[in-house]
This record gives sequence, structure tokens and C-alpha cells, in this order.
Amino acid sequence: MTIAVPARPALRRREARSRRLPLLPALIITLLLTQIPFVLTVWYSLRNWNLLAGDDSTFAGVANFRATFADGTFWKSIGNTVVLTGGATVAAMLVGLALALTLQKKFPGRGIARTLAITPFFVMPVAVALFWRSAVFDPSFGLLGWLTDLAGLPRVNWLSEQSTLSIVMITSWRWTPFAMLVLLAGLQALPDEQLEAARVDGANWWQQFRRVMLPHLRPFLELTALLLSMNIIQTFGEIALLTAGGPAYGTTNITYYIYLRAFNSFDFGTASAYGLVALVLTIALALPALRLLSGIFQQEGRR
Amino acid sequence: MSRPRYVVTALLAVGALAAVSACSDPTADQDPAGNTTITVALAANPQMKTAESLISDFEQKNPGIKVKFTTLPENDLRPAVTKDVATKAGQYDVAMIGSYEVPIWAKNNWLVPLDDYVAKDAAWDAADVLQPIKEIVSSDDGKLYGAPFYGSSSFLFYRKDLAKKAGVTIAEKPTWDQVAAAAAKMDDKAGGVSGICLRGLPGWGQNLASLTTVINTFGGRWFDENWNPQLTSPATTQAVKFYVDLLRAHGQPDAAKDGWEGCLQQITQGKTAMWYDDTVFAGSVLDQAIPQVKENLGFAMAPVNKTGASGWLWSWGLGITESSKHKDAAWKFISWATSKEYIKLAGAKAGWDSIPPGSRTSTYSIPEYQAAAKSYADLTLKSIDAANPKQPTVEPVPYRGVQYVQIPEFTDIGDYVSQQVAGAISGTQTVEEALQKSQTYTEGVVKKAGYLK
Repeated sequence: MTIAVPARPALRRREARSRRLPLLPALIITLLLTQIPFVLTVWYSLRNWNLLAGDDSTFAGVANFRATFADGTFWKSIGNTVVLTGGATVAAMLVGLALALTLQKKFPGRGIARTLAITPFFVMPVAVALFWRSAVFDPSFGLLGWLTDLAGLPRVNWLSEQSTLSIVMITSWRWTPFAMLVLLAGLQALPDEQLEAARVDGANWWQQFRRVMLPHLRPFLELTALLLSMNIIQTFGEIALLTAGGPAYGTTNITYYIYLRAFNSFDFGTASAYGLVALVLTIALALPALRLLSGIFQQEGRR
Repeated sequence: MSRPRYVVTALLAVGALAAVSACSDPTADQDPAGNTTITVALAANPQMKTAESLISDFEQKNPGIKVKFTTLPENDLRPAVTKDVATKAGQYDVAMIGSYEVPIWAKNNWLVPLDDYVAKDAAWDAADVLQPIKEIVSSDDGKLYGAPFYGSSSFLFYRKDLAKKAGVTIAEKPTWDQVAAAAAKMDDKAGGVSGICLRGLPGWGQNLASLTTVINTFGGRWFDENWNPQLTSPATTQAVKFYVDLLRAHGQPDAAKDGWEGCLQQITQGKTAMWYDDTVFAGSVLDQAIPQVKENLGFAMAPVNKTGASGWLWSWGLGITESSKHKDAAWKFISWATSKEYIKLAGAKAGWDSIPPGSRTSTYSIPEYQAAAKSYADLTLKSIDAANPKQPTVEPVPYRGVQYVQIPEFTDIGDYVSQQVAGAISGTQTVEEALQKSQTYTEGVVKKAGYLK
């Protein structure tokens, strides 16, 4: 931007201002849309405000934050969020990678197979949850019950006893197609010559995968992990419809817990405090991860 | 320094816009012909949908009033309407409110007392409204705030054919011990039929509603007269153990996932021999069930242990919001939707299964309804009459409500306790652990709210 600096800075400044001025409405709207809710949340979090209690809200100082740090359920929901997000992200990436590798090969009916593999992503989460509830998880007539019967295992009460695993399964099922799409695009960007050269050198399939494909896919894998975890961390519908966050808050993630505080207990003060603490924690976790990612990019000397 | 000024200007502009649109509001709901439009917030239940479809009858009888419906699922209705009335936004003239909320809203002056309207509206016939139902949609000092659209209690659904096969008889007023024994005999794991279906899903309106009626009849209570939580008392512990053990031994599989929706599905599909739930579902079960269930469905009063009756009490009431600008028109709509004539109209036009039950005595003397609902109508009426929201327990309590505690903090407490109970149902913790945690949490909440000194 600083090439060929003109001699008259006053004029330059005026010109720059006139260039930036048309951007102002957009800036204001962005500020209004993002920062006002944030500032309001900060304000609410400092107040004692239960909607049902009727009285006007009073200033509470940091009492809501103290309550947040003392609330075991809040920390449990943070832990659940990490487990659910981590589990579903890893599962979706592994299955997505396997699908991408399979669907990249040429075979008759590949178009149909690809379409089918993408479908879960386009079904509404609510419809998915309701369908899975009876058709997959139900111990007596669900798909999983049939599978455990086939394997000679006892029937499992999936949503009661394996609730975390169940939520991981359904969210990873929904997000696998997304992982597959990104990774498939990555695989298609891999020049055939490289694999051919590897084959000529006598590399077997595993060596090709490990030494050629995986290094090539690395930025795609990192990107997928980032996008998936950003989306899965917000999971709400599946939890609300399948387990209502239970049993014993076993599947309550931070999104669902804040929802319970705000729209079931109508305790907006503490709900705002929970939201802010969760935001700080997320940023604290996300920043090192992002830095790590960009560090890898530079080390490898890529793009 | 110029940036904050921009923001202030922008805020002022937004504020001015809001003010302009607010000013244009009163004229917006009156069209050039001088018609008044009232907005009604309803829960998306079958009975309310019927009311929506019959609105032309109201508009014919009341020229000049147009009705706009906002129909939301129950779970969305609560936050939407609460936010609206709490902030006096004035979006709704009439709101459908559950009986748990009516006294709380009345206390906050969010609703208009209906007594004056009722006094002037002789055709509405206040004496015909079922007394226990009227009590729960009134404020603590007895003023009516929600005109009951329907009312319900809880009772036992059971399969006569399965009972006969297992050699058990269900009395009209069974005890919980008899029901547990019957569940054990009718439980057919190989055949995929559970002995009983009970709510296990967390939520103050889900598993806690059923469980609280069991706690009440076993001699337990939520609080003693001084607001000391009683969740670890011997009677409450015994009741919760009974509920959890019965559900784990002879209940539906994967019980912690089923609310009333799940159990409704189980019984209509013939997957359970008994179900303890709301009387209002009797019509839905008979309507949706497979033939074998339909022909063999029997009903009994809510099972008891130490009290004379144990059924709960619930009502959806229609209230006029304080912020409404058309209160008279709003009452006209409420009067229509909760009148005797409306019930007859709904029965004739939409079928006798879909009338709003449990609100008026006269409903139960309509011959067509008696014929259509002969298996459960009398029991519904008896269950409602037997319930006592002032003291549903053996020992006295400082609160109102059968399956809930009439304080604003109960949704919070109830959600926590119901989660712990679901944990016990799924087996991830013992009943004692669940109740100990619940006791500590509840104590904290009532102390913070100032009930417990």
C-alpha cells in the first residue's frame, strides 16, 4: 500500500478518507450487529435478572461470574462440549477420508454413490434426530439393536447408557459428508504424475497413501478439522430432541446449558455470564490451535 | 473522538425508527373499515388447531374483530410469550399460559384479572368451570387470570387383553404396589412388550411431573413448612427408589429418552402394557392406536400409596396481557373459545375426540361426548375433582401445585433434579447420589431466592 508515497500528505489523507467513507455504513452495521449484542451480554452478566421473578433487575457485580465458576454443571458441560466436539470431529474425518479415498477411484455408479454419500448433510437435523431416535437407537426395533443381536451381544440402551457415544454417532454421521467433500476436492487436486512416479518406484498402496497423499492432504485435513469443530461445537437440535441433555447432564454441551438457563429458567443474568466465560474459554482454546495450524503452513513452506 | 459520536448518531437513528414504527402500531391493527385485529399466541396442540380452524364462527358472531394466530410448539411458546409480556412488548393480546405460570404472571402484573369480564358475561357461566381447574389458573388471592381452555389430570392407561392373559385385574383405584405387581406379570421382554411406560426424559415438565405425584402419595414432599428441601427424607427416597426400580425392572427399554411423546408412541404401537400419564392423551391414544390396542384399552385412577388420590392437575388457560390495547375484544375471543357453545361446535365440526376436555362440568353431560369418550370421560372428571393443588401431600406444604412447586425458581430446580433422576434411571448413579445432589442444589436455590432463611 505504501508504494510511491506522494509528497503532499494532507491531500493523501483527504483522498484516503473519501475512499474509505463509503465503507462507513457497512462498518456501522457490522458494529451494530456484532458489538451491541456483545456489550449487552456483558451488561446483562453483571445484573441479577430473572425474568420470571418480575422485579426489575438489580446490579449484581461479579456474583454471576462467581456462580459460574462455582457451578459444577457448567464445568461438566464444558467437558462434555470438548468430548462431543472432539469425538465427532475425529470420527467424521476418519470416515470422511475413507469415503473420499473410495469415491475418488473410478467405478461404475460412482456418481450415484457420491450423491448418496453427501445426502446426510442435506437432511434437516430435527428430521435426522427424530428418525434416528426410533429407527436406529431404539433397543427393540432399531438398526443398532439388530446389529448387536447379529453380533450376539446384549441389547444396549443407547440413549440412556451410551448417551455420549450416541450423540457423537449422530453428529459425526451428519458431518461426515462435509469432511468427505473437502477431502475429495483435496484428493482431486493431487497430480496423477506424483502417484504414477511413486508406483514406478515400486511404492505399494500404503506407501503411496502415507508418503504422497497424506502430506498433500495435510492442509485439507487441518482445514476440515477446523471447520468441523467450529460447526459441531454448536450442536443443539440432536441433544434437545434425543436426550434433553441427560441423563444427569451427561450430554449437555455448553450451547444447550446456556439455552436451559436462559429460556427455561429465564435467568438471563447467569446465562449471560456463562456465555461470556464460555466465549473466553473457546478463544483461549482456539487461538493456540489456529497459531499451530498457520505455523505448520509456514514450516512446510506451502502457499 | 469522532467514532463514539458516529455510534451515538447511529443509535439515535435506530431509536427514531423504532419510535416511528411504534407510533404507527395502533393504526396498523385497525384497517380502514375500522376492524380491530387481536393477536393470539397458542400452543400447537390438536385442540388449539381445531380452535384456529373454527375461527370464522367467532368472526361471524363478532363483526369488526379479526383474529390473528401465532401458533408455536409448546417449548417455543413459553419463551416467546414470556419475553413478550415481561418486556411489555405488546405483541400478543391473548396468550395461552400453562397453569404453572398463571399465578406467577399474575403476581408480576403481566395479566389482567378476568373477574370483571366474567361478571358481565353471563353466558360464559363461571359456575360451570371445574373448581380445581379454576383454582390453578387463579392468583394466590383467588382472582381468575386464565380462562381454562382445557384441564387435565393424570391416570393409568392399561391393556385389558394383556392383563387378562397375565391373570391380573386392575382396580378402578389401584395402589402403586398393585401396579408394580401387575407390571411384573405383564412384562414380556421376549415379546417386546414392557410392563409399564413411565416418563424418564429430563425436564421439569417431563419425568418430574410423574415422579412428583408418586413422591406426594408416598408421603414425601418437596419442602417442609419452612422451605427446607425434603428430597433426602425417607419418604421421598422411598418414592424415587420405587419409581426408578419399577422403571428399570419392568419399564420401557432405554427409559431416560422417553417423555410423554415416547410413551404415547409405545402404547399406540402396543409396546407397553400400561402407561401412567395425562388424561388428555386418552383421546389421542384411541385415535392413533393399532386396532388391537384400541379395542382393549382400559383406564384407572392414578395409583396411590398413602394419599386418597394422586393425580396431577394441569390447565392451559387463555389470559389477556397487560400490554394489550384491545382488552375488550380479547375477552370476546376468550369467552368464545372457552364457552360451552364452542365445545359443542368443536365436537360437531371436528369430531368429539378433538374437543378441549376437562374445563367445564357441562362437557361431561353432552350425550355425544359421553358416547364418544365413554371409557375415560367419567374417570377424567373424577380425577380432576379428586386432585387437591393446595395440599397434594400427606404433610402440609408451603406451596401450591400438585406436580410442580408454584415458585418462579422451580423450573431451575426442577431441571436439575430431573437430570439427576434421569441419571438414576439410566443407571449412571444411584438414587441416593441423585437425591443428595438434588437436595444440595435445591437448598442453594431457595436460600439465594430468600425462601429459606
